[in-house]
Amino acid sequence: MGKTLLLQNIDNPEIKKISGYLKLGGYRSLDKVLSKMSPDEVTEEVKLSGLRGRGGAGFSTGLKWTFLDKSTDKPRYLLCNADESEPGTFKDRLLMEKNPHLLIEGMILSSYALGCNTSYIYIRGEYMFILRILEIAIKEAYANGFLGKNIKGSGYNLDLFVHPGAGAYICGEETALIESLEGKRGNPRIKPPFPAVSGLWGCPTIVNNVESIAAVVPIILMGGAEYAKIGIGKSTGTKLFSASGNINKPGVYEIELGVPVEEFIYSDEYCGGIKNGLDIKACVPGGSSVPILPKSLLFNESSGNPRLMTYESLSEGGFQTGSMLGSGGFIVYDERQCIVRNTWNFARFYHHESCGQCSPCREGTGWMEKVLHNIENGHGKESDIDLLWDIQRKIEGNTICPLGEAAAWPIAAAIRHFRHEFEYHVKYRHRVRDEDHVYQPEMNYQSV
Amino acid sequence: MNIQFSQESMSEIQRIIGQYPSERKKSAILPVLHIVQKEFNYLSVDVMDKVAEILEIKPIEVYEVATFYSMYHTKPVGKYLIEVCHTGPCMICGAEKTVEYLESKLGIKVGETTADGLFSLKTVECLGACGYAPMFQMGEQYYEHLTEDKIDEIISQCKISSSDN
Repeated sequence: MGKTLLLQNIDNPEIKKISGYLKLGGYRSLDKVLSKMSPDEVTEEVKLSGLRGRGGAGFSTGLKWTFLDKSTDKPRYLLCNADESEPGTFKDRLLMEKNPHLLIEGMILSSYALGCNTSYIYIRGEYMFILRILEIAIKEAYANGFLGKNIKGSGYNLDLFVHPGAGAYICGEETALIESLEGKRGNPRIKPPFPAVSGLWGCPTIVNNVESIAAVVPIILMGGAEYAKIGIGKSTGTKLFSASGNINKPGVYEIELGVPVEEFIYSDEYCGGIKNGLDIKACVPGGSSVPILPKSLLFNESSGNPRLMTYESLSEGGFQTGSMLGSGGFIVYDERQCIVRNTWNFARFYHHESCGQCSPCREGTGWMEKVLHNIENGHGKESDIDLLWDIQRKIEGNTICPLGEAAAWPIAAAIRHFRHEFEYHVKYRHRVRDEDHVYQPEMNYQSV
Repeated sequence: MNIQFSQESMSEIQRIIGQYPSERKKSAILPVLHIVQKEFNYLSVDVMDKVAEILEIKPIEVYEVATFYSMYHTKPVGKYLIEVCHTGPCMICGAEKTVEYLESKLGIKVGETTADGLFSLKTVECLGACGYAPMFQMGEQYYEHLTEDKIDEIISQCKISSSDN
């Protein structure tokens, strides 16, 4: 069993209440910080820990904090990004549902480090039932003197609120999140200025993912240097992976970064292997926007250097042969799954979620969905495959926010690694639909 | 038409407004729309105008938000809105069969409401329950690991509780 820092007591129902959280050692990091650490020292520990943003980008959290503009008199804000909406990702939900005080303690520590006196947790509207849990926990934290004025006699003041979204994937992009929190449509802003200089209401703002903020609690408790010893190289610490798809044990797993991918899929400690005794066909290791990998590349079978669950190893080989760790949304496909159908499904998702601001994304996502729908339903043309390739290339890099890339990458990877399946669909006008129309092993796609 | 919000909604709205700086009332728009949609079933122009009045903003500022976010309805929906996730991971774990079963059970297609106004059926994009598929959301609750038996039970529970009222 690997080290668990975030899910340690996740199955203990007592931890949901502040009494249970305190009994199990909660709010000790806060005591430590308020009694003997300056805000800069907290930031320093987070930098030392090597913690990288757990929402998907993987940028150093401590370094991001140092970008916060402290030269103005304006208030500063910390926003927690709990808009978890990337298909395949459901890890933050578990933390907030079962251990809300861990996030609250992380918010207090991080707000202290950044010098914020008001902070918000922006949670997706569909998680309204979790918003209620967080609000109860926040009330408990106020009642126990962990929030409000003069926290535990330190002279530090912090108010913490939860703000619901209302069904828009785009609001997970930090400037769209800020727009949404200001009461507007979730249209991402042009950067610069970056939120660290001009964010919420024009004030310096930091936006961090739930898991990143929760990780600050163990980092402070054990020290950044100790935390950095967990994991491999620049992939330090533990990471939550939410595993879904055709596996025996879907769920959320905390791993020490560096576990081999094969072990993660087949070990009973984690995914427990492929369902129904089937073989694995492909995997999307970091949420729907990262490139899909066929089995051979996923396990790095040819190189003899097994692929590991780290930022570096998962992206090894670039997009030619690698993918990304992303948000940790780990989707596994068995041998019967149709890649064309899955690609169409993701294209529909990104079309639905495009905010409509930039034409390459607004028009391109809809166009790609339409072309894929045609291919999937037996109305595709041979030239459609190249057309898809062309459209996705013209979206990538030509939009204000990364939703353009998120929409383009899964399509590029599917064509790159599974072109034969697209060709098969076009040639045989064959619609593949799980149990009804299963790819038979004797169908040799390569020869089509 | 001058619409009135309930006492309960109004006090919740006042609490929400207090979460933002006094000159930033507009920030309360998303949570406030959730509250009034719960009270009125959907966001009519009258309801949205009233929200604009309370938040001291122009009605158009409310309309543009209400039409951007997928959780807001500007037309009436059934008392029980069933929203089935049909994105990738749910799809490969049987979401399409769940939708088909619900369609045949309720006698409606996706996007429709039953004649008695009790149920509406909708497909939605990823709800963050990929590991617990197939699933749907109804009201504030998630129903996961769905089977036909489970669906039958949920539907009959809805019918019982609505005839009690």
